[in-house]
Amino acid sequence: MAQHQVNYASSAGLPIALTSVDKLVNWGRSNSLWPLTYGLACCAIEMMASGASRYDFDRMGTIFRASPRQADVMILAGTLSKKHSEFARRLYDQMTEPKWVISMGSCANTGGMFNTYATVQGVDRIIPVDIYLPGCAPRPETLQYAMMMLQKKIRKESADMKKNTKQDLTTQTGKRARLI
Amino acid sequence: MRKYVPKDNVQAKSYYTDRFWVAPRVPRSTVEDTHFLAVVEAVGTQANETYVELGQLVIHINPKNNFEVMKTLKEKCGYTQCSEQSAVDYLAQDNEFELFWQLLNINEAKRIRVICRLANGLAIESIEPLYKSANFAEREMFDMFGIKVNNHPFLKRILMPDDWEGNPLLKTYPLQGDEFASWYEVDKIFGKEYRDIIGPENRDPAKIDTEDTKRFSRVGYEVPFGADISEGETKTAIEYSETFLVDYNKNSSKQLDERR
Ligand code: SF4
Repeated sequence: MAQHQVNYASSAGLPIALTSVDKLVNWGRSNSLWPLTYGLACCAIEMMASGASRYDFDRMGTIFRASPRQADVMILAGTLSKKHSEFARRLYDQMTEPKWVISMGSCANTGGMFNTYATVQGVDRIIPVDIYLPGCAPRPETLQYAMMMLQKKIRKESADMKKNTKQDLTTQTGKRARLI
Repeated sequence: MRKYVPKDNVQAKSYYTDRFWVAPRVPRSTVEDTHFLAVVEAVGTQANETYVELGQLVIHINPKNNFEVMKTLKEKCGYTQCSEQSAVDYLAQDNEFELFWQLLNINEAKRIRVICRLANGLAIESIEPLYKSANFAEREMFDMFGIKVNNHPFLKRILMPDDWEGNPLLKTYPLQGDEFASWYEVDKIFGKEYRDIIGPENRDPAKIDTEDTKRFSRVGYEVPFGADISEGETKTAIEYSETFLVDYNKNSSKQLDERR
């Protein structure tokens, strides 16, 4: 005879959690965001610091992966030069769905101080961006905050990625670019 | 009439120069140092002009002789390092480039600058067999100025992409790039037909698109995220939170219709 009888119907309630598939899937996705190890310039130093022991990205389930095939998040950390833009886009294309993009630092957001012929004036010209992170360079705490905002965004999304619209790059003329 | 803008030099200039300002010149002196005198003698008649500037010997040569002069300097005078080599664009002035090589003698702790003037369109002989560092320096010169180098082992662009058009350090090259440069990534990744869709680069860091309600909002004219406001917006009264922002002097402030 059981010494301790559990009364499921009493105040503690039934050992059942009610949820939806979306919530469950997004819970899993948002808590294991694996970014691609991909640094472009000085912002990448801050990204490395975020991953290292002092700021410790791992405690958020964010573990840097060295292959785009295993990564969920692309952190564009730094100045994207025009020569490299093709490869950045190729790495983005190689990532499997679902995938998200964080544009880190003024250079990635707008070209920053490099208002020259050789720098892409904002990575959103070639890649749809989810989170823009301002700063030059953003401190590791800020990058972690951006990651938390991305988690928040994912938790609100539908689990079916086809229903989630990517950033549409509205130009001055009001046309829409579908850069899936 | 529109202001005349010279096309052969599109680089930014200072917007104000004093009419009576004379650019200071680096003082030049004749060669007196015994080591430098020996160098001048070794180079001999191949030097057109020699003088000392800031403790460095400057030798002007003909572009045809550059290999022999470098060979003499390396093998007879002990200048074993070529620390820098590049060119200066004087096309607008003289239709010429000025090429320079900066050489270092470690034993004597002396530096030499060898200078030559190369007419536009001519090629220079590579000094890569003498100095390995010239390999990349000459490629960079080719990339940035379009100066061809004869007998270079691998003359190819080094900084810009291989399919790039134009030579960025020429004074005729605009800082923010020509048309090819400004569409480079769009053309390459998506194709030319995406130019219309993606739109031109935004080079103005303070640009505000008032109709873009995804990125901007106006105080007093707030609309939902992404709403279409091309037909004008409606004014909404500014509401202050009663809990956090207490208006102690009730109704004594006035909202201005326009800036004073
Ligand atoms: S935003 Fe600043 S820190 Fe980041 S890559 Fe650009 S210049 Fe470097």
